[in-house]
Amino acid sequence: MTEEIIIAGFGGQGVLSMGKILAYSGIMQDKEVAWMPSYGPEMRGGTANVTVIISDERISSPILQKFDTAIVLNQQSLDKFEEQIKVGGTLVYDPNGITKEPTRKDINIYKIEGNALATELGNAKTFNMIILGAFMKVKPILSLEDVEKGLGKSLPERHHKLIPMNMKAVQCGMDNIKVVQEL
Amino acid sequence: MAEVRLMKGNEVIAEAAIRCGCDGYFGYPITPQSEVMETLMIRKPWEETGMVVLQAESEVASINMVYGGASCGKKVMTSSSSPGVSLMQEGITYLAGAEIPALVVNVVRGGPGLGTIQPAQSDYYQTCKGGGHGDYRLIVLAPASVQEMNDFVDLSFELAFKYRNPAMILSDGVIGQMMEKVTLSPYKARWTDEEIEEISGSWATTGKKANRSKNVSTSLELDSDKQEEFNLHLGRKYKAMEENEVRYEKISCDDAEYMFVAYGSSARICQKAIEICRERGIKAGLLRPITLYPFPTKQIKEMVPQLKGVLSVELSMGQMVDDVRLAVNGAIPVEHYGHVGGIIHSPEEIADALETLIIKA
Amino acid sequence: MTEELKDIQKEENIVYKKSSLLTDNVMHYCPGCTHGVVHKLVAEVIEEMGIQGDTIGVSPVGCSVLAYNYIDIDWQEAAHGRAPALATAVSRLHPEKYVFTYQGDGDLASIGCAEIMHACNRGENIVVIFINNAIYGMTGGQMAPTTMIGQVTATTPYGRDVKLNGYNMKITELIAQLPGTCYVTRESAHTPASVRKTKKAIRKAFENAGQNKGTSFVEVVGTCSSGWKLTPEKANEWMVDNSFKEYPLGTMKDE
Repeated sequence: MTEEIIIAGFGGQGVLSMGKILAYSGIMQDKEVAWMPSYGPEMRGGTANVTVIISDERISSPILQKFDTAIVLNQQSLDKFEEQIKVGGTLVYDPNGITKEPTRKDINIYKIEGNALATELGNAKTFNMIILGAFMKVKPILSLEDVEKGLGKSLPERHHKLIPMNMKAVQCGMDNIKVVQEL
Repeated sequence: MAEVRLMKGNEVIAEAAIRCGCDGYFGYPITPQSEVMETLMIRKPWEETGMVVLQAESEVASINMVYGGASCGKKVMTSSSSPGVSLMQEGITYLAGAEIPALVVNVVRGGPGLGTIQPAQSDYYQTCKGGGHGDYRLIVLAPASVQEMNDFVDLSFELAFKYRNPAMILSDGVIGQMMEKVTLSPYKARWTDEEIEEISGSWATTGKKANRSKNVSTSLELDSDKQEEFNLHLGRKYKAMEENEVRYEKISCDDAEYMFVAYGSSARICQKAIEICRERGIKAGLLRPITLYPFPTKQIKEMVPQLKGVLSVELSMGQMVDDVRLAVNGAIPVEHYGHVGGIIHSPEEIADALETLIIKA
Repeated sequence: MTEELKDIQKEENIVYKKSSLLTDNVMHYCPGCTHGVVHKLVAEVIEEMGIQGDTIGVSPVGCSVLAYNYIDIDWQEAAHGRAPALATAVSRLHPEKYVFTYQGDGDLASIGCAEIMHACNRGENIVVIFINNAIYGMTGGQMAPTTMIGQVTATTPYGRDVKLNGYNMKITELIAQLPGTCYVTRESAHTPASVRKTKKAIRKAFENAGQNKGTSFVEVVGTCSSGWKLTPEKANEWMVDNSFKEYPLGTMKDE
């Protein structure tokens, strides 16, 4: 098993930390992982993206042109990464702020109202965990238990009290993902 | 049990330094490697192992602090990125000239000049072909994973002290900024004064003992006969490195008809390119130099009889390709491929380049 | 040797002898040069304090580049201007040792301006011996940052001109402003009395290091007979008439 994922959105949406939790969860399952961010001034409020690879084997390139899954959280990222999804691959996106819907017919497409759900949950910061939950529903390569452990590893000790809230958000994402198109 | 963590390449440099018994780190912030010193400052190793960490006023000062500290026989290091390493060249050639073991980490970004903060591999010439003035060589290790960023810190110090020569880890923004699973090394105690006396007592400036003559850490020799003798001595040292310290990795080379030569991040991307090539029916392999100096010249040459062509892949306009061509010595086509300026080539582009530059050419 | 001389050369008759830390190497300094005297003072202080095995010197680039040939302690030979950086690391890695730099005006006040400022500002526990003869001696008498207005050098053949070259730098006054320094003084070595006074200053600086008090900075205003193209005697006179006006002697800070 090798899953090559791109997560892309605005800086401040928790794109990088979501990737980190995903990678840590992979380690909990004894998988090989790589986390490769875009970096530089663009991190400060512009677009941010991170490649996460989870595999049973030694990982080759952390730089990819084609992905199994793209998780996109704004229009710019959708414009850029929709075409970089492998045929038969998966797109998960938040429709908030999307004016031009995805058009590919040869991929699976799912929608998750992350922004709206986070507001409902009363904690905007859980947004990225809702998105993570949605991903886990369609790509069950990681167990909930490992995600919880991954959270414990990637959050500093003083924030461990936030883990239950985050896991609630993951569950919320799993429960609320909507199919747009399945092959 | 071994400690497994998810860490950035830059962070693990700091962690590995603490664990391998490094005595001192002197650095100056520069993107994309600032996490090295940041991690050290968070870790506060001076409370744990006694390791000294200091933010210097410039790269010029950092490398000269390294020179001063390392001249005491201590394990001392610095890290920087391309423009900062340019500033350090004076200190590096002094280290080589005074035969002082030390470690410099270069997390390369694109140039020339201030260039870009994005990844590049355009400092091969600077690192392997001089950089500073005079006839000298650095021991150069090129990590291709976060694990190797960890492993090469200790290895660099080992080789540096074995040969009394500065060593460099030539990394890049990809390996420095990437997080991967890493198994951390067990802690090694810092050397005691007695151990330093035993290992480096013949040259280290630790204070003149009554039972020995004074030690002087210097690269100055005004007598030309003596300077020539010293240069010849360095030459013998480099020859020994070339004979004993070449490190490399071969991937899918057994049946390869075409071979990539690439180090660091490009080697990782080439691994994926091999998969793509093989799906296209092209038998491609990879020889990854792990030591850039000494360079695996012999190992590349040995591959030539089974090959139809070689593509040297580097995030540069073509620097390492010179050494690949020398190894192949005209027997088969050798070309260079690489993006520059902070753009990173994709596996598909590399596979395509092999076809257009070598196979169809 | 006559019987009479042998009679005089008895241990009990010795009133002066060379410090045992001064090696027998013939010094390359020109006649009248201040370096020889200050080398002697540094060697005497280290010997008298009994810290030969605990002292590490850092020599500069300039006339005193070969200082390590003359004083029998462990030395590091720094790149031009970088001695304070080397000394910083040595002192941090060996807090129990006595670490000093020995630098000239070109090394300290020109190319090494950043390193000395920052080492002093951090209050590195080191001693700085700064020889200011207002000229680059080693390279053949060019303008130094401390070359005075109107002073003729190889690169100011018509005298230092403010419009062309700016002002002479009074770096010791700047250093004295830095909170990391505990002792900043300007001395000379042209008369027996001034030599004795300079020795006291150097001794105090090393004692400060022993007490971890921070950076001690001893400037010695000196001459360069060759560079100034004057006899040693005339050079001393010129120094008193000119250098001392721009660089008045005295202690600026003693905390």
